[in-house]
Amino acid sequence: MANKNKEIFGQPVWVNNPVVVQILGICSALAVTAQLKPAIVMGLSVTVIVALANVVVSLLRKTIPNRIRIIVQLVVVAALVTIVSEVLKAFAYDVSVQLSVYIGLIITNCILMGRLEAFAMQNGPKESLLDGIGNGLGYAAILIIVAFVRELLGSGTLFGFQVIPQWCYEHGYLNNGMMLMSPMALILVGCIIWVHRAQFKDLQEK
Amino acid sequence: MSLKNYIDRIKPNFEEGGKLQAFRSVFEGFETFLFVPNATSKNGVNIHDAIDSKRIMIMVVIALCPALLFGMYNVGYQHFLAAGLEMNFWPMFFYGFLAVLPRLIVSYVVGLTIEFVVAQWKHEEIQEGFLVSGFIIPLIVPATCPLWILAIAVAFAVIFAKEIFGGTGMNFLNVALIARAFIFFAYPSVISGDAVWVVDHAICGLGANLPDGFTAATALGQAATATTTVGFDWNMVWGFIPGSVGETSVVAIALGAALLLYTGIASWKTMLSVFVGGILTVLLFNNFGPDTAIANMPWYEHLVLGGFAFGAVFMATDPVTSARTEIGKYIYGLLIGAVAILIRVLNPGYPEGMMLAILLMNCFAPLIDYCVVQVNVNKRAKRLTNK
Repeated sequence: MANKNKEIFGQPVWVNNPVVVQILGICSALAVTAQLKPAIVMGLSVTVIVALANVVVSLLRKTIPNRIRIIVQLVVVAALVTIVSEVLKAFAYDVSVQLSVYIGLIITNCILMGRLEAFAMQNGPKESLLDGIGNGLGYAAILIIVAFVRELLGSGTLFGFQVIPQWCYEHGYLNNGMMLMSPMALILVGCIIWVHRAQFKDLQEK
Repeated sequence: MSLKNYIDRIKPNFEEGGKLQAFRSVFEGFETFLFVPNATSKNGVNIHDAIDSKRIMIMVVIALCPALLFGMYNVGYQHFLAAGLEMNFWPMFFYGFLAVLPRLIVSYVVGLTIEFVVAQWKHEEIQEGFLVSGFIIPLIVPATCPLWILAIAVAFAVIFAKEIFGGTGMNFLNVALIARAFIFFAYPSVISGDAVWVVDHAICGLGANLPDGFTAATALGQAATATTTVGFDWNMVWGFIPGSVGETSVVAIALGAALLLYTGIASWKTMLSVFVGGILTVLLFNNFGPDTAIANMPWYEHLVLGGFAFGAVFMATDPVTSARTEIGKYIYGLLIGAVAILIRVLNPGYPEGMMLAILLMNCFAPLIDYCVVQVNVNKRAKRLTNK
């Protein structure tokens, strides 16, 4: 049993990553990754929401009528998103301003509905919690990798602190403006998928 | 034929099991570059034309030479003009040569290194597409573009526009234009504005250091912001104006175009329809457009300024990325001309629309081909059922 739990938790973090394998949650991965801080907050918010929504839906799974299950799931997710959004506004106002609508839009994040439908509706609350945290962290990991590269090369900073020394700029170094645009985030996600497929050859399409 | 003998003698070293097999692809690349491979068809009656893709690429490079040589001269001419020094031909040419040569070398070294590595890694033959792309890239960026930025742009273009799609012949976007587009979006300060078109420092003791903050706008840049029309000037045709290295002289480009058309390498349909599409759109704007300097600019001025002529002759006709059906070539060309002028006139942020127009139509070329083929299929199917 412990082994199975480890798998439920560990698989989605890298091997069966929701972003690079299932290609879910791409929109927000492009939108919030220009800087590291919002990306980390976004990743954590999604992790918390997926984990809690998974638990709640898993507890209710035997009482939810099958025909209206999507609506029930949406209500649960919407409630959690609102709570997270309010918490962010209260304790991390500047980040929540930066993230603007994207916190609210977590409700439409495909990873959430995917996990609720595919996992929480069939499994107990404990496994669902692990699955939710695993998927959330898998999503957060991709966001952090992309945001790290974009902020470093696009602004020369990390967490807002300048890391590329000033003398580089004095000798003609320039920040790469394209890193701050969404298309480059898509290309970076593509690069991560490239590395991932090179590692797991059975995922390569023929 | 002593060179041929020498190559044949050293060949075994590079084959599987030879001591230099790590350089197999490099060797093969050079061998087929120098001599047409003596491959013959295995079945059926076929004749191999001696003009293979390497020979075509070399022809395009020869066609680009007038633009490159003139570009070098113009880089020197603009520099000495700005410095206010009287010079005769050779110092100007030599100055431009020194300014442009490193760009050519960086472009080829970076691009070909990636090609060689990929070819060796995938156990494929070296593909020759970069011979042309590597030559075009230095011609379509300003002569002041820093070398490291050029190197990054070339690497980005070769990897992300070509190799990930399967190498030469599989790319659906023009590689040289992707390199330029990368610089344009990633490092806008080195490719737009009015401070980048004239080399402002001495090279190897030649030339003079211009004062900081020296600026010289391109004619298109002026027209995009000006309120009165920029007058026509024969220098715009000869090419004695600031601009990217290879695109200023319409005369040099016309020489290349003549060679490409004479040898049948570029399609006259694409080339002609780009110009026609451009002219029609300009006339439309002249008569019905907004009352700005660039919308009122006459068509002949639009065609000789910026990268319009260069793009129409060398980029739009790229056989890999353009439409392949004969009717499709007309549609493709007309739309490139029209979109280029549209971007120039309606978006003052992008005074030069040719690059974006060609890239946009590159994306649509397969769709155009598909539609042309389907129309033909339907027409014939109808003929069959009507009988």
